Amino acid sequence: MSGGPRHWSLSRTVVNGVLVLATAYTLLPLGWLLTAAAKNTADLLGGNTLTPDNFNLGRNLGELASTGDGIYFRWYANSLLYAGLGAALCALICVAAGYVFHVYTFPGKEKLFGLVLVGVMVPTTALALPMYLLASEVGIVNSFWAVFLPSLVNPFGVYLARVFCTGYIPGEVLEAARVDGTGELRTFWSVGLPMVMPGFVTVFLFQFTAIWNNFFLPLVMLSDNKLFPVSLGLFTWNVQTRSFPEYYPLVVTGALLAVIPLILAFVLLQRHWKAGLTAGSVK
Amino acid sequence: MTTRTARSATSRAASSRRRGRYGAPAVLLAPFLLLFTACTLVPVGYAIHLSLYTEQRGGLGFGGTETLFTGWGNYARALKDDAFLEGFANIALYCLMYIPLMIALALALALLLDSALARAKRFFQLALFIPHAVPGIIAALIWMYLYTPGISPVLDLLETAGTRPDLLGNPLPAVVNMALWQWTGYNVVIFYAALQAIPREVLEAAVVDGAGPVRTAISIKMPLIRASLAMVGLFTVIGSLQLFTEPMILHGTAPAVTSAWTPNMYAYTAAFERSDYGLAAASSVLLAAAAALLSFAVTRLARPRPESRKERAA
Repeated sequence: MSGGPRHWSLSRTVVNGVLVLATAYTLLPLGWLLTAAAKNTADLLGGNTLTPDNFNLGRNLGELASTGDGIYFRWYANSLLYAGLGAALCALICVAAGYVFHVYTFPGKEKLFGLVLVGVMVPTTALALPMYLLASEVGIVNSFWAVFLPSLVNPFGVYLARVFCTGYIPGEVLEAARVDGTGELRTFWSVGLPMVMPGFVTVFLFQFTAIWNNFFLPLVMLSDNKLFPVSLGLFTWNVQTRSFPEYYPLVVTGALLAVIPLILAFVLLQRHWKAGLTAGSVK
Repeated sequence: MTTRTARSATSRAASSRRRGRYGAPAVLLAPFLLLFTACTLVPVGYAIHLSLYTEQRGGLGFGGTETLFTGWGNYARALKDDAFLEGFANIALYCLMYIPLMIALALALALLLDSALARAKRFFQLALFIPHAVPGIIAALIWMYLYTPGISPVLDLLETAGTRPDLLGNPLPAVVNMALWQWTGYNVVIFYAALQAIPREVLEAAVVDGAGPVRTAISIKMPLIRASLAMVGLFTVIGSLQLFTEPMILHGTAPAVTSAWTPNMYAYTAAFERSDYGLAAASSVLLAAAAALLSFAVTRLARPRPESRKERAA
């Protein structure tokens, strides 16, 4: 490269160096969380988080399990239920709706789909207050359902499901089922749904993340701390730290445990979230 | 419920299924439509309704409460309230700082990742994306600790280097950094996927024409991933206006972050600390309207102009 005409070009070292720096920015805070979770209150507040001595993770986990009669693991189980069941049902509902938009024609179909797309743009936090008031009129405020039911709706999931159906379900296959005399709903369940499974997993993964991370809705809806998801529970503990510093290691260790399932899911299901982000950006 | 009339059925017989023409799609679509109505459409309508009334006692709409129609009264009250306007000013500054910075950073990283020089592309994508898997509240907690003198190893390092930035005293850059950390990698993956979809012939043609990698990136690749840029812009605008979790975590630790630091925090405080539902609803509707306006502007700006592109291709 030395003699030739020199373009304004980047060397391999610069390109990879910048990428390594960006990666350090994204990963180091998580590294800090990992080491901080192994510290006691004094070391944590003293800033001695990066040294390996005084390993306290076991003690912190013990404290986490015993504080408030193990309320943390109750929150954890709640989050698994809200996110696991909620995302599975939401993905099924979205795929069913996306399938209808792909397979059938009916009057006003594209208008209805347009309405769904407008739903994508409604700021969800603007809905929290009216939903709280509606839930209190129906009498489900401060209950499992108040958080669970709204988490089943994801207009963007319907859009994704339609895109996936277009890509994965060829018309001929449905035509064949039709000729065989298979019922409509049966065709969806045993032909359409299995074919669009990658789309199902993608919607599931994104909805699981959204529900697991949701903070505003539970904050508004719930007052009984036995119903809290992890996010809200950690928030209330963080408020406690102002008067009780011994909550610091609990918040940090609790945060670490709460991050693990999602990171695992994203590492294991790389193909799916990449497919989802790509499908979303095509149009 | 489905009336099968022969005249309309004949025209659609080819594309739609014969037995129970609308039965099956209705069953499959019903769960979504019901929930969408109950959890999106009705709340939007209810918010607008609430914003036009004032309730005398916070009795959650049970009988006996006095509800007075005020028309634009709540909107006028919100727009005259300095706290609300400051919240909007904060969010405007936040958007001006965060959105261009995040998009430029994500685009630059995606272009680097897309260049022939980058290695370990799968690893870099995953590593950059990982913060998105961290719940917003935990991301905010981590960074809050990293901003706190005494706890933060970063600040200790900076102090030995001679500077002592007051991160908790400057909430705006502090919150922008939290958002950058969570969203840049996510959008890198979107941009990278779009860049990978560019036909190779187009890029080869550019090389033949003598365009260097930087030139190719700016004048060939970037216009071709316009749709992705528009989508990211749209979702970023909608998400940014809803800013709540991060300042909520900082509120209490950083005195500069008041309880009405963003419009969402203002609405939350109005509703749940002062039981002023009309005001809370009005400010939520104003926020949603701002989001709708900005989304419209973003989609307009990003609409491709076919004539100019044809010229360029020719």
